[in-house]
Amino acid sequence: MAVTEKDAGTEALKRGARRTALLSPRYAGVGALILVIIVLQFFFTNNFHYDVAIKIGLSAIVCVGLNLLIGYAGQISLGHAGFFGLGAYSSAILTDSYGWPPLASLFAGLVLVGVLSFVLARPILRLKGHYLAMATLGMGIIISIVLNQEVDLTGGPDGMPVPAFSLFGWSPNSEPAWYWLVSGVLVVTVWLSLNLIDSSIGRALRAVHGSEVAAETVGVDTTRYKVLIFVVSALFASLAGSLFAHYTGFLTPVVAEFFTSIQFVIMVVFGGMASVFGSVVGAAVLTALPEFLTVLHDYEHLVFGLLLMLTMIFMSKGLLPSLIILIRRRLP
Amino acid sequence: MLAEFLQFLFSGITVGAIYALVALGFSIIYNASHVINFAQGEFVMIGGMATVFMMAGGLPLPAAMLVAVAIAVCAGLALERFAVGQSRGASVVTLIIITIGASIFLRGLASVVWDRNFHTLPSFSGDEPIRLAGATLTPQSLWVLGVTLVVAVLLFWFFTRTLMGKAMLATAHNRLAAQLVGINTRFVLMLSFGLAAALGAIGGILITPIAPTYFEGGVMLGLKGFSAAIVGGLGHGLGAIVGGLIVGIAEAMGAGYISSAYKDAFAFVLILLVLFFMPSGLFGVRGTERV
Repeated sequence: MAVTEKDAGTEALKRGARRTALLSPRYAGVGALILVIIVLQFFFTNNFHYDVAIKIGLSAIVCVGLNLLIGYAGQISLGHAGFFGLGAYSSAILTDSYGWPPLASLFAGLVLVGVLSFVLARPILRLKGHYLAMATLGMGIIISIVLNQEVDLTGGPDGMPVPAFSLFGWSPNSEPAWYWLVSGVLVVTVWLSLNLIDSSIGRALRAVHGSEVAAETVGVDTTRYKVLIFVVSALFASLAGSLFAHYTGFLTPVVAEFFTSIQFVIMVVFGGMASVFGSVVGAAVLTALPEFLTVLHDYEHLVFGLLLMLTMIFMSKGLLPSLIILIRRRLP
Repeated sequence: MLAEFLQFLFSGITVGAIYALVALGFSIIYNASHVINFAQGEFVMIGGMATVFMMAGGLPLPAAMLVAVAIAVCAGLALERFAVGQSRGASVVTLIIITIGASIFLRGLASVVWDRNFHTLPSFSGDEPIRLAGATLTPQSLWVLGVTLVVAVLLFWFFTRTLMGKAMLATAHNRLAAQLVGINTRFVLMLSFGLAAALGAIGGILITPIAPTYFEGGVMLGLKGFSAAIVGGLGHGLGAIVGGLIVGIAEAMGAGYISSAYKDAFAFVLILLVLFFMPSGLFGVRGTERV
């Protein structure tokens, strides 16, 4: 009797745990994301819609990674467009000038960015706050200047062509094909990030964010975790960069510019720091918005700047977390 | 040899003085609010552009300059009043994004109110170069250096000799304690934004006869000014000036002796090296973190 009761108890506990697990961001969130991706493409009537959606997906991949660094580890980076650009140019140069297969080029880019970010991470992440912002900003600008000046390799400001992408013989040669490819990569990125946050690494990161000294005192190797997340976020940016290069088919150093870095950070903060799905929302809103603001012609920047300021003033936690708080308050 | 070196040094010091003015603006706002104001470069742009258009409207140069500084100060006060001041308790990153939004807004506004072309100003006192040990120095460079020096001395006097300046320093050290002894910290915040905007605008007016300006002309100047403030140690007045000169001279020497294409890169490589060995800048105090 007692045994079955106990079993029933654990069974109920397990069921409860499973239910909460199903409602957790890992399952419910990823499920919702996949649903949105599938439903959304029924509303696409032309290639322009697909184009915006693909660009959103690529930005979102970078931002999800960057949010691990900014939102969870509490370390800012104003230079991630540098990693995005290095990934993009690795793919472009190796496929176009050296005839490498696209997938091998993509991995070469990941190795390059991985090694570079690992080497730079230790001295850079020793810095705090605005000094860290300055160092990452400088790193990004140096990468951007090199891409602009090494004309023999990159074609300089005039840009260079990038051959089509191919994956084991399959080549995405239409906008819908790219949409599915980018969406697939985004879902995997989000899934990996959510798992990372839920692991012991994620808990260590939150401790670092809360107070680095306190985390160190209880035995968290803060440097190791900060370096790890810096490298992971750089790799996400490199991956998105490689895909971007193949998708657009023509690459200019604008991708690695300081303003591109700033845009990634804006998307992360706008969507909501420490919110993986917030980054996806931030990337979506801020990638789509300028496309629609172009109808305003000369007033485009003015309105964009104003909207950015107003959102951050009235929703200082970012769009998604603020909306969730609002909805929770309305519910009984 | 020497003449060449002097030539690079002169151009480095001139542009470095402008960076120093921008860096002082960054430091003043940082001290008052712990915000990095990414719209600082836009104050520089407003200074130059407003002077150009006031002169086009018929004002003489000195009057145009005064109006331009006043416009920039209004922009600075508005930024504090309507944006940064509204977001008390928001995280530092959020505040930074607000100032970035403001910088995009101000650039958009400038391109609509004025235009998207490059503009220049006549030199304040002719273009007859001054010869010095084989190198030449333009009168405008002397104006830049002279005005920067005067501004630096005035600021030093303000912060060490006046009650208001001391109140600003007190607020920078400890806002709560400053409030407790009766300092109006809200006013200090407004004042620091106004002061920073005025410094930026003065820099913009001084540099426009040397380097033409346009609606996006403040971006790089703002970044260099930020670099200068960081190299010197954020919030440190003398550090901002030394930092500005270091960045300016490094850039001019790098461009002159090594490669002009990589001019902007030298400044940033130098900054990374400084930060790797001195994580709080040259004059910055090493902070301790409380738990």
